[in-house]
Amino acid sequence: MRSFTYERATDAQAAVAAVSRPGAKFISGGTNLLDLMKLDIEQPGHLVDISRLPLRDIEELPDGGLRIGAQATNSDVAADPRVRTRYPVLSQALVSGASGQLRNKASTGGNLLQRTRCPYFYDTAAGCNKRNPGSGCSAIGGFNRIHAILGASDSCIATHPSDMAVAMTALQARIELLDADQSVRRVVITDFYRLPGETPHIETVLRPGEMITSVVLPPPPPGRQLYRKVRDRASYEFALVSVAAIVSAGQETIDEARVAFGGVAHQPWRSVEAEAALTGRPATMATYRAAAEAAMRDAVGQGHNDFKIELAKRTLCRTLAQLAWGAEEAR
Amino acid sequence: MTHLNAPAQGSPDLSMRIEYWRAYPALSSPDVRHYGQPVALVVATTFEQARAAANLVDVEYAGAPGCYDFAACQDQTYAPDALIYGAIPPDTSVGDFDAGFDSAPVRIDVRYSTPYELSQPMEPHACLVVPHGEDLIVHVSTQIVDAARSSIVRTLLIDPERIHIITPYVGGGFGSKLRIHAETILAALAARALRRPVKVALTRQQMFHLTGLRPTSSQRVRLGAQRDGRLVAIAHEVTMHTNPRSDFIEPTAATTRSLYAAPNRLTSHRLTPLDLPRGEDVRAPGEAPGMLVVESAMDELADALGMDPVELRIRNEPTVDPEQGLPFSDRQLVDCLREGARRFGWERRPATPASVREGQWLVGYGMAAGIRGHIQVPTTAQVRLAADGTAVVQTDMTDIGTGTYTVLTQVAADGLGLPPDQVRVELGRSEYPVSMGSGGSWGAANSSTAVHRACQALREKLVAAARNDVRSALHGLDPAGAKFSDGIVSIDGVSEALSEIVARNYPDGVAADGQTPAMRDDPNYADYSIHTYGAHFAEVGVDADTAEIRLRRMLGVFSVGRVLNAKTARSQLIGGMIWGAGAALEEDAVVDLRSGAFVTRDLAQYLVPVHADIPEVDAVVLDGYDGKANVLGAKGLGELGICGAGAAVANAVFNATGVRVRDFPITLEKVLPGLPPLDD
Ligand SMILES: Cc1cc2nc3c(=O)[nH]c(=O)nc-3n(C[C@H](O)[C@H](O)[C@H](O)COP(=O)(O)OP(=O)(O)OC[C@H]3O[C@@H](n4cnc5c(N)ncnc54)[C@H](O)[C@@H]3O)c2cc1C
Ligand code: SF4
Repeated sequence: MRSFTYERATDAQAAVAAVSRPGAKFISGGTNLLDLMKLDIEQPGHLVDISRLPLRDIEELPDGGLRIGAQATNSDVAADPRVRTRYPVLSQALVSGASGQLRNKASTGGNLLQRTRCPYFYDTAAGCNKRNPGSGCSAIGGFNRIHAILGASDSCIATHPSDMAVAMTALQARIELLDADQSVRRVVITDFYRLPGETPHIETVLRPGEMITSVVLPPPPPGRQLYRKVRDRASYEFALVSVAAIVSAGQETIDEARVAFGGVAHQPWRSVEAEAALTGRPATMATYRAAAEAAMRDAVGQGHNDFKIELAKRTLCRTLAQLAWGAEEAR
Repeated sequence: MTHLNAPAQGSPDLSMRIEYWRAYPALSSPDVRHYGQPVALVVATTFEQARAAANLVDVEYAGAPGCYDFAACQDQTYAPDALIYGAIPPDTSVGDFDAGFDSAPVRIDVRYSTPYELSQPMEPHACLVVPHGEDLIVHVSTQIVDAARSSIVRTLLIDPERIHIITPYVGGGFGSKLRIHAETILAALAARALRRPVKVALTRQQMFHLTGLRPTSSQRVRLGAQRDGRLVAIAHEVTMHTNPRSDFIEPTAATTRSLYAAPNRLTSHRLTPLDLPRGEDVRAPGEAPGMLVVESAMDELADALGMDPVELRIRNEPTVDPEQGLPFSDRQLVDCLREGARRFGWERRPATPASVREGQWLVGYGMAAGIRGHIQVPTTAQVRLAADGTAVVQTDMTDIGTGTYTVLTQVAADGLGLPPDQVRVELGRSEYPVSMGSGGSWGAANSSTAVHRACQALREKLVAAARNDVRSALHGLDPAGAKFSDGIVSIDGVSEALSEIVARNYPDGVAADGQTPAMRDDPNYADYSIHTYGAHFAEVGVDADTAEIRLRRMLGVFSVGRVLNAKTARSQLIGGMIWGAGAALEEDAVVDLRSGAFVTRDLAQYLVPVHADIPEVDAVVLDGYDGKANVLGAKGLGELGICGAGAAVANAVFNATGVRVRDFPITLEKVLPGLPPLDD
């Protein structure tokens, strides 16, 4: 336990101003940050509590999309009737995560920024470039069953653990940010996260002090949506591999497809390769297999996680097949 | 406090038969024996200060090579020279195994492995020591009060009279609190040095290195059978990890000795020293990994024979203990198997593996037998009746969430003919009569027997007093016919209130002691093979694409002698079955082979079943009474639920998929390569 100071922000502008002091961090639900502080992994000197900011609403947009306030809880978003009917993939992803208690506390902004579950990241005695830049990556050559098969680097092979973000990636959500200088910008979720490269400690394009104020869901793409999470136990467990898929198929062929994977990379992984391999093709297992092969063409295992390559392929194929059969949740 | 200023401490006496009573010094040397070993204790007035100060401690280690890889260090394996728990021979041999096995027309020769596993009770290991003059009041979460006191006495080199253990409620233990660990010794050392109360509680992460673990094992099982399924040869050979300085041996192959008939038999235990935390007892030590493997191998034999696995077991039912030649006190394994098969609908089992598919799911049934030795350890209890006719039971026995308070209340109420609300049970203090606490499933049966005996002695005293007392209505009557019920003592229709007899003859109350002897002092334990039995049945679904395994239902049918309390018994058995399911599918403490650190170091990484993993589970207990075990006819059952449970699940996975995983736990990547290709 390190000492820190705490303040409760009254409005978004004050919050970003308050967090611009060195060592300051936002706290929302605290379900990730507090754990990491107790373990001495995160060491903020000052906490700016944004959990009570009026950013909890889920708002209808003129174009048919939705704006989800950064403080909307995972439970609220999952249960929202508009989300459930128009963005079922997001609702499914949310309820597959964590536990009811955690989802009641966890915020949309915090979920996007939750940190990896790499066990070496959690062990302050182990080398970890993400926690302590330059100290090496213990997962390489160590126990790496849950680690990345795509987009990893020699510096870090961690995965991003969020389910919600995978669904949002398939939906091509836009993240709205408020900067310390009070300027506002919008970043598409696929541009929001960074691959580890040589700087795995920098995980997003968020500037110091910048705050997520909301997530905008564009109007739902045509077609059916499904989130499939594969995990070691039936509940309360992060994904080994997950797939968020949205497929719109005509009589003969697939018109449009969105595919994102979770549990495979440093960020929720949109597979444009799989999408291309699906578009304009017949909705058959042969097509799905080709899409899976395309998605995993560059996949590399680290030893313990080699199985994820085959698992990701099979999970994608099955998810696509289920979508085609119209089984929303055949499980 | 570090090794530089920690007081001199006693060192463990390795010749002590049962290790729970040994000294356990902490911070006694600059040498670090395994990852996670404490190197300093920081004491502060608040929790936050202590954590902050501990974060400031900078430790520099001089590295040295270590042996962490069980597979790679097999060349160091040796045979133990001591008995397991000072009682069980590590090796046994009957007939001529090699000849028998070679002659068998059907042979199974398989090697399985089981991982490091941990007890991980919800309630962490914690200790508060309050100095009181020269005395130390020790509030500690421990399963055996007397052992905790002994270990503190031998470590601190202090007069036993000075140590007072208080542990009325323990929380979970599962073997990890049979002995104390660093938290207790560090709290005691610091409290003594500072002359102030000191509390030390382990964090969840620390528990992974500091509170014992089940050794990893490699087990070779060979089964030779006739074509009709009759076994001619059984060998169960186990190698497990141990600590280079003091052996811990799990009796993994021990119950295999009593399970099935076969003329030629062999069991052995071997040890591979590793620089890892030392093995300790984890719930069902030995049987948990042993039955998991043997009962999986039996399933392989059934498959090779093309025989129903239930039938195979029934065919090999022995008439006497197959190694010792002793009669069984009360063996109802076949009844368990038949009743279980009937209730579960075993006849619906897919005869061919990988033949049933329901939508996404490959469906399979599995079963396994279970067996566990019943253990009797010396136990004493005192029952005191006050002049108002209420009773107080005292023993240093513990309640680790198992319901000891409830069960002893029942036994005493029964024994004295009192309503339960007139009985108070007091446990968990070193001032009370000594027991061996809770462990090895012996607690309930052993302490109940002692309490029952104390009640019997009290009854005799009271009836004798009444009979000799001219003021009593029972004066001069034959005590043999005395009945105690609802607070009334009656002989041949004449009755008197129990409280009146006590008040008149013992105005200050009256007490009697009861004892349960050690097994070696009880001839029944030399003359009979005394075990408990079970039959497990499981149905699983395996996702045909992802190999996710989901338990669909599970049933255990058990024979445990007499049940003392149906509710606590059922809860123990079901808990055990779930434990078995976790061992089959989830639990795995992974070592980083470079550092010897356990990597899966919290309950997010070290998986145990959650509610969603456990569907319908039922435990059924057959009526019974084992009069050879003790006067109450009751035997231990806390760990029986585990024995074989995991194998039933594993065998169901095989039945569902045709994939046999011999490296536990059965995680999906081990099944995935054997699944059918994606269909169109
Ligand atoms: C036991 C357990 C199991 C879990 N299982 C799953 C699972 O299966 N799937 C899954 O997806 N997740 C899972 N989670 C993670 C959970 O979803 C996250 O902890 C949660 O979403 C984080 O939200 P929060 O509001 O509590 O974030 P906090 O802990 O408050 O914050 C997390 C980070 O985000 C930053 N932050 C928060 N809000 C903002 C903002 N508006 N702008 C800028 N920065 C911000 C904080 O500074 C901090 O760095 C699990 C968590 C636990 C503890
Ligand atoms: S994978 Fe990334 S988070 Fe894990 S140890 Fe390596 S650098 Fe750290």
